[in-house]
Amino acid sequence: MVDWRAGSYDPRVSATLPSTEAVEVRRTAEGLELELTGVWSVRQLAAIEAALQSVDVASVPRIRIAAAGISELDLSGAWALRGFVRRARRAGADVAFRGTPPDQLRLVDETLAEPAAPDDEDVPADERPPRAEPGPRALEAIGRYVVRSWHDLVAGLAFFGRSFVTLLADLPRPWRLRPISIVRHVYDTGITAVPIVALIAFLITVILAYLSAQQLRGLGADIYVVDLVTIGVLRELGVLLTAVIVAGRSGSSFAAELGSMKLNEEVDALTATGADPIELLVLPRVLGLAIALPVLTVIADLIGLTGGALLCRYLLDMPLEQYVNRVNESIAATTFWVGIIKAPVFAVLIAFAGCYRGMQVRGSARELGHLVTVAVVQAIFLVLLADALFAVLFMRMKI
Amino acid sequence: MGPVVEVRGLVNRFGGQVVHDGLDMEVNADEVFGIVGGSGAGKSVLLRTILGLQRPLAGTVRIRGSDITHLSEAQLRPIKAGYGVAFQSGALYSGLTVLENVQLPMIEHLKLPADALEGLALLKIRLVGLPADAAAKYPAQLSGGMVKRAAVARALALDPQLLFLDEPTSGLDPVSAAAFDELVLYLQQHLKLTVVMITHDLDSIFRTCNRVGVIVDRRMESDTLERIVDNPHPWIQAYFHGERARERLGAADGA
Repeated sequence: MVDWRAGSYDPRVSATLPSTEAVEVRRTAEGLELELTGVWSVRQLAAIEAALQSVDVASVPRIRIAAAGISELDLSGAWALRGFVRRARRAGADVAFRGTPPDQLRLVDETLAEPAAPDDEDVPADERPPRAEPGPRALEAIGRYVVRSWHDLVAGLAFFGRSFVTLLADLPRPWRLRPISIVRHVYDTGITAVPIVALIAFLITVILAYLSAQQLRGLGADIYVVDLVTIGVLRELGVLLTAVIVAGRSGSSFAAELGSMKLNEEVDALTATGADPIELLVLPRVLGLAIALPVLTVIADLIGLTGGALLCRYLLDMPLEQYVNRVNESIAATTFWVGIIKAPVFAVLIAFAGCYRGMQVRGSARELGHLVTVAVVQAIFLVLLADALFAVLFMRMKI
Repeated sequence: MGPVVEVRGLVNRFGGQVVHDGLDMEVNADEVFGIVGGSGAGKSVLLRTILGLQRPLAGTVRIRGSDITHLSEAQLRPIKAGYGVAFQSGALYSGLTVLENVQLPMIEHLKLPADALEGLALLKIRLVGLPADAAAKYPAQLSGGMVKRAAVARALALDPQLLFLDEPTSGLDPVSAAAFDELVLYLQQHLKLTVVMITHDLDSIFRTCNRVGVIVDRRMESDTLERIVDNPHPWIQAYFHGERARERLGAADGA
C-alpha cells in the first residue's frame, strides 16, 4: 500500500497510527474519562466512528474528554467527535472537555448550528435534505405515465408541425434551407454508411436465400427462391434494414449532437441571435437524411440482388441468365417503387425522432444519454409502425 | 519543511508553440498563492500539469516532495486524495445532486457508513456557505456562485490540506466574488489550507493572496504581493499599474 504521506511535509504526523487506539476509556467514580489519541482524520474515520460507537453512554452522569493527545484532527474527525458529544448529551450526560475543546470542533459546531434551532438539541433529521416522497402507488404511476406520454405526444406533434411550417415558409426562398449543411448531412448519414449498409444487405440476402432454398428444394420449387429474394429485398428488407441501421447510426448522432448543443447553450445562442434552430439545425438534418436514405436503399437493393444471384449460382447451380430472367418475371413494375417510396418517409421519422429528443435535453449529461437511447428506440419503432401501415395500405391498393 | 508544491524547469510545448520554457514555481505551506498571466500564457496548462492531467515535456512537479511526473496512475491516487480541486466552471457531475457530488470523492477513497457520508457531505456543504436545502439540488438548479461554492465543497470532501482553485471568482458579480474571497480566507485560516489559485481578479489577489506568481515570457516571476507590484517587467507593470489596478493598489498601500 502506498502511504499517501510518503515524503510528507507535515511534521505533526510521524507515522500512521493504529486507528484502534483512537479512544481510551477510563471509568471513574463520577463517570467516564475519555482520552483521545492518534490521528483523527477522514482516513481513519471508519475506525474512529466504530471506537466512539462502542463507548456506552447510557446512564453515565459525567463524561470528561481529553483531546490534547490527538496528533492530527481534521474536520471529519471533529464531526465524529461532535456526533459523540451530542449523543452523550442526549443520553443525559454532562459532557465537558479537559482543557479547551479543539478549534476544529468549534468550527464544525458553528458551521452546522447556524441556521438550525438555537437550542443545542436539534434533531439530526433537521440537517438532512428533504427526501423524495415515498414512491407513488401503481395506479398513480400508470396515470402519471399516461399523462406524461400524452404531453410527450402533443409536444412531439407540435415540434413536427413547427418544423413543417418552417419548411413551407422556406420553400419560396430555398437558399434559406442551408444547402451546404444539407450536403454535409447527406455525406455523414449517407456516404459514410454505404459500407455497413452494403454488408448487411448482402448478409441478409444470403440468409434469406439459403433458408428458402432449404425449404423449397424439397418441393422441387428451387426457382421460387429467386422470387422470394427479389420481392423480399425490393419491397421490404432493403429499405427496412437500411432504415434500422440508419436509425442506430444517425438517429443517435442527431440526438447526441443537438443534445450537447443544448447543454452548451449553443441552441440558446442561436435563438438569441435571431436564428431559428429548427431552420438551422433540424431541417438540414431531416432533408439530408431524406436524400441519403433512398440512395442507401437503392444501394442495398442492388447489393441484395447481387447476393441473391451469387447464391443461386453457387448454391442452386442456376445459370445467371436464368436468374435474371426469373427476376424480370417475378417483379411487377411497382415492386421497386413500393420499397423505395417508403425510404423518405422513414428518413423523416428517424430524423425527427433524433432531433426532437436532442432538443429536449436540458440540464444534465445523464439526460443526454437517456434521450439518445429514447431517440433510437422510438426511431426504430416509428419505422416499423410506418412499414406496417404501408403494408396494409398497399394491400388495400392491391399492389 | 519543503514547499508543498514545487515546479522546476517545466517545459510544455504543443506543436511548435512553446507554452512553458523552464518555469519554476514554489508554494509554501499555509499560504495563498495566486497564479496570474495573460490569456494564453499557460495558466491552465500549468495547473493541468501540476494535477497530473498532462505530462510535461521536461521538468519536475513535486507535491509534498514526490515527483508526480514519474508516477503511475496507481501511485498518483493517494497524492490526488491529498488535495482538492475546484475547476473554473465547477465541473460538478450534472447527473448527481450536490450532496452526491460531495460524497463521490469519499466513496472513491474511503469506506464509510452511509450516515457518515451524508453527515460529512452536509458539513462541507454548510462550510462553504450553501444552505442545507442546496444539498438535494442538481447542479443545473444552482446559480453560478452556488456552483462555485459546491465545487469547493466537493474539493474539500477529503479534508485536504492543499486546495487548487481555477478562476474561482470569474463570472461572479462583484458582491458574490467578494463573498467568495472571504470564503477562501475563512477556509484557509480555519482549515490551515495551502491554496493555489489561478485568477485574473485583482480584487481577489489583493484580498486573499500572500504571494503571486506571474507567468511572463514562458517563465514565472513570483514574489510576495507587496514586492511583485514593483517588478519592472512591462506586463507585470501593466497588470498591476493599469487603469483598473490603480485604485486597489492605493487601498493596499494604505492598509
